[in-house]
Amino acid sequence: MGLITPALGLFVWTLVAFLIVLFILKKFAWKPILKTLNERETGIANSIASAEKVRLEMAEMQADNQRLLQEAREERSIMLKEAKDAKDKIINEAKEQAKAEANKIMEDARVQIELKKNAALTEVKNEIGNMAVAVAEKVLRKKLDAADSQADYIRMLAEEIKLN
Amino acid sequence: MLKKSKLFLATLMLGFSAFGTTFAQEEATQHAEAPAAAEAHHEEKGKLNIKEIIFGHISDAYDWHVMDINEHPVSMPLPVIIYHPEKGLNMFMSSNLEHGHVAHEGYQLVTEHFIHERKEAGATEEELAALESKTGKIISLDGAAIKDFSITKNVFSMLLSVTLLLVIMLTVANKYKKNGAMKAPSGLQNAIEPLITFVRDEVAKPNLGHKYMRFMPLLLTVFFFIWINNLLGLIPSGANFTGNIAATAALSLVSFIVILFSANKHFWGHLFNPPGVPLPAKILLVVIEIISLFIKPIALTIRLFANILAGHIIILSVISMIFIFGAMNQAAGWGFAPVSIAFSIFMFCLELLVAAIQAFIFTNLTAVFIGQAVEEGHHDAHEHGIDHAHSENELVL
Repeated sequence: MGLITPALGLFVWTLVAFLIVLFILKKFAWKPILKTLNERETGIANSIASAEKVRLEMAEMQADNQRLLQEAREERSIMLKEAKDAKDKIINEAKEQAKAEANKIMEDARVQIELKKNAALTEVKNEIGNMAVAVAEKVLRKKLDAADSQADYIRMLAEEIKLN
Repeated sequence: MLKKSKLFLATLMLGFSAFGTTFAQEEATQHAEAPAAAEAHHEEKGKLNIKEIIFGHISDAYDWHVMDINEHPVSMPLPVIIYHPEKGLNMFMSSNLEHGHVAHEGYQLVTEHFIHERKEAGATEEELAALESKTGKIISLDGAAIKDFSITKNVFSMLLSVTLLLVIMLTVANKYKKNGAMKAPSGLQNAIEPLITFVRDEVAKPNLGHKYMRFMPLLLTVFFFIWINNLLGLIPSGANFTGNIAATAALSLVSFIVILFSANKHFWGHLFNPPGVPLPAKILLVVIEIISLFIKPIALTIRLFANILAGHIIILSVISMIFIFGAMNQAAGWGFAPVSIAFSIFMFCLELLVAAIQAFIFTNLTAVFIGQAVEEGHHDAHEHGIDHAHSENELVL
């Protein structure tokens, strides 16, 4: 049974060759290959982890941005509202002021007018008195007869003018 | 899932072995019935001797016989290296032996022709029986116990495949060094990488746990060494290296030594003093455990050798059928050729599968055995409960 009796030569050669191959491959092939595979796997794992981290950071940043934007929007609307209020206030104030000013001017004008009117009336009364005096003088010069009645009449006339 | 696939592989393997064995047996019985006929045909030149052809293909030889062209053999002579206890080392080319027709420097290749000659010369029955057992080997005519370290066909084929393996793996390793870690693999590197990660993730890690890195070089070398030799053995007129028991025995010896040297206190403790067992049973258990320790490498040896050998014998038998039928009737031979070729193509495909599966099984069982030897105490086993159960299952297979 040659098939199941191991031959010494082949046995020894196989052992020697296998051990040499094991040694060479271990040193020059398996070590670098396994090291590189390991490095790649950890590298990939790290990349995935950092990508996940970056993704989370991005999401956080986006949320931050959203929040800032929201805040800015709110601030803007507040500012707009304030501006509008201020504007309204200023307009109202100005209106009030203008109204008051106008009233004051009107009042002044009215007082002025009253004064002028009174002054004018007084002047007119005086003028008329003078004219009446002049007229009376002229009349008196011509008809100086009944001196007393004349004087009464003049007095009456003068009072009439004053009452007017 | 993983366990399922392993189970599947194991069943497949068992199936193959059973298949192989039945065929081998059929083959054996066929030849057991045939010897008378073979004897009768022996003297007649040009007659078919299938047994000789098949055994010529599957056994080792001192030259690499490729084929015959017009009855003229095309073969490559290989160096014969013999250690003689008195004459020391002798080296010469196998062509000097002239296929056993002449002796060279006192060395003779034992052939049937030579045995026949001795029989004619009136040799004793014992001498003839001794010669019979040495058929195909070289003997020293002065009867000295020589040691034969010849570069035979199997050794030469192994050296070829080893060279090929070294070239492939060193090329790939260089590419890894050149490309660095963070570049996608390409070319040959891309083809080898899944195999390396397969051995690491499916063989080493499940069986060896966190200590796997220490045994990776051994497991990878065993896997690729066996696989490439299996594949080269499938090439027509190639050698039958992994189908030779000496080759598989050498590989198992390496595994066995690694198992023994990596075994920890816990392993030896359980082996020689199984805890919680009454004394009589303990003695029995220790004996069984020691036997099983030695059976492991023997099983590794025989599994690989028998599977590959059986595959080769089947393919050769199927091909030979053409010539068996042809010898009966030329038309029958031609008629059977397509059937025979179809079946041998099927067998070749199967053998391609078996080449990888057997390499995987040898590697996996080595990892399982080492895993048992380096396994920590039971606290560890509970921590890694799945791993433990896993390796227990592997043992059953």
